[in-house]
Amino acid sequence: MGISIDKEKCTGCGNCTSTCLFGLIEVVDEKACIKEAGCTLCGACRDACVFEAIRIETEIAKTLLGDEYKGVWVFAEQRNSEIKSVSYELLSKGRELANTLKTELCAVCFGYNIKNIEQLTAFGANKVYVIDDPAFANQSEDQYVLELVRLIKQYKPEIVLAGATPFGRSFFPRVAAILKTGLTADCTGLDIDTEKHLLRQTRPTFGGNVMATIICPAKRPQMSTVRPRVFKKNPPDATRKSQFIKVDFNKEAITSKTRLLNFVADLTEKVKLEDADIIIAGGRGLGKPENFNLIRDLASVLEAAVGSSRPPVDEGWIPYYHQVGQTGKTVCPKLYIAVGISGAVQHLAGMQTADCIIAINDDPNAPIFQVATYGIVGDLFKVVPLLTEKLKGG
Amino acid sequence: MNIIVCLKQVPSTTEVKIDPKTNTLIRQGIKSIVNPLDSYALEESVRLKERYGSRVTAISMGPPQATEMLRDAISSGADDAILLSDIAFAGSDTLATSTTLAKAIVKIKNYDLVICGRQTLDGDTGQVGPEIAEMLGIPFIAYVNKIEEIANGKLRVQRMVEDGYETIETSLPAVITVVKEINVPRMPSLRGLTKAKSAQIPTWTTQEINAEKETVGQAGSATWVVKVFYPQRVQLAEMLKGDPETQAKALVEKLREAKLI
Repeated sequence: MGISIDKEKCTGCGNCTSTCLFGLIEVVDEKACIKEAGCTLCGACRDACVFEAIRIETEIAKTLLGDEYKGVWVFAEQRNSEIKSVSYELLSKGRELANTLKTELCAVCFGYNIKNIEQLTAFGANKVYVIDDPAFANQSEDQYVLELVRLIKQYKPEIVLAGATPFGRSFFPRVAAILKTGLTADCTGLDIDTEKHLLRQTRPTFGGNVMATIICPAKRPQMSTVRPRVFKKNPPDATRKSQFIKVDFNKEAITSKTRLLNFVADLTEKVKLEDADIIIAGGRGLGKPENFNLIRDLASVLEAAVGSSRPPVDEGWIPYYHQVGQTGKTVCPKLYIAVGISGAVQHLAGMQTADCIIAINDDPNAPIFQVATYGIVGDLFKVVPLLTEKLKGG
Repeated sequence: MNIIVCLKQVPSTTEVKIDPKTNTLIRQGIKSIVNPLDSYALEESVRLKERYGSRVTAISMGPPQATEMLRDAISSGADDAILLSDIAFAGSDTLATSTTLAKAIVKIKNYDLVICGRQTLDGDTGQVGPEIAEMLGIPFIAYVNKIEEIANGKLRVQRMVEDGYETIETSLPAVITVVKEINVPRMPSLRGLTKAKSAQIPTWTTQEINAEKETVGQAGSATWVVKVFYPQRVQLAEMLKGDPETQAKALVEKLREAKLI
């Protein structure tokens, strides 16, 4: 186990030093040296070495997996009885994975009075495991964890996916920890290594500056949370049939470790950023809080949500829940219009997967133009009102 | 009351730039900092100490250099700090990391509350907090934006969910992760700085935390990185030129063409 450098092959060229994400490689006496203590064995340096001097030994603790584990599962999250859109996106992707693996696709859904549950079948599930009970009315994490762990132990799926929603990212790691298996967070790519029969999970890291492809070779199930709006929904097919399985659970055994005392809805946000098709976001270039009205006007014409980069939030121009970026929300709309936003990496991390990005900024060198589809260099105070007017005119 | 706060040292990504020629990270002069969201966890621990007279222990798994970050934690109000460092911890995924941290927490033994930041700047997974809770078999609450009260072995917090705020109560010990709304971290105090200078920060290895070698580091990791690459940012914006009127008109046309509006 570990990383080593073949001193015979190493020429001290230093190519590897700049690839290390953690800055752990130095060239000393014309040979590369790695400070092993901070190394994550990611392999970036190995791939960069043209002399094949870097070796990473990976002993696979080959537990006997056999073919005991079968099937692709999607945890279909609901909130207030409505199944989330990301569940359908995952079923669409899951269908493709299951077809490649020649296995079945199952949906798991917990809640109470769940609406349109037949949609899980229409989007591709062969089996649907359901708990529809008042005990699951709130997203009580403890109960969800317990029941999902029990189902996974009983039916042994090889892959289990959930949406990388706030709920998914809180409860799924707990399931993985109990099962002592791997979980890859916030994936934006999934495919199958058909030769090794493994799920390849790709995710952004370092604020979206680096992509990593991750596997879970020796533990089952392979689990991922997947960023909403990344995978496209297939058209639902209402003629599909599935097996509907009502899951029995022991009501007496359910004791939640946490108790929900109160819920206060946040009514200030009309269109939720995470679900919005169109987002208009403003940045430091707006200059003062009142100028967010330019953004709001354009947003109301397009029925869009209002976003912000970090500076306006720090300045107190707009509340935090509008913030898009690494310390705010991650969004993936069809259209993202960035107004007066220069495009710091932290902001880009939260929005660069949008389908179409428009940048309006007076600085032609602003990094936002590097990720934009269309750019306008100009005075936002002139361009934005004109844009609003033209769109209003139909 | 005893509080354990988990910190991670991360590269400061504000300084991360991509070299357009080689498409790799430019790392010159990159600084290591405490993960920003962890500094809110530390601040909250110190505030609880001021409120309830607790003792705050900061722990971190990382290379020996992370000692400096732990020293900073002491100057900001932590009472003790412990570094978990061992070559055997290299290559840890979230499963191995949370196993290591949980083992250290068990060794510390007397704890009522474990506080972590919501997620880190580099790995961005947000998984270590919830995984620690399950390893310890104690309650977990994510996204805490306010600690309302701790009394009679119970903790009451407010946390942010996607469409509002929940008030949740649980028994102690428990693990929580905090969001940046919870507080504004303070600057180190002069007294803290003096204390930090002479503080003894022990290093615990696999042996000290009684962990089995195959449960930590790469051996204990379920997931492996098989490839690291840089996303192509070749998409250069098509610039819409002219006066504002022409620009606005061109943009509306482009959006209509692409059926985006």
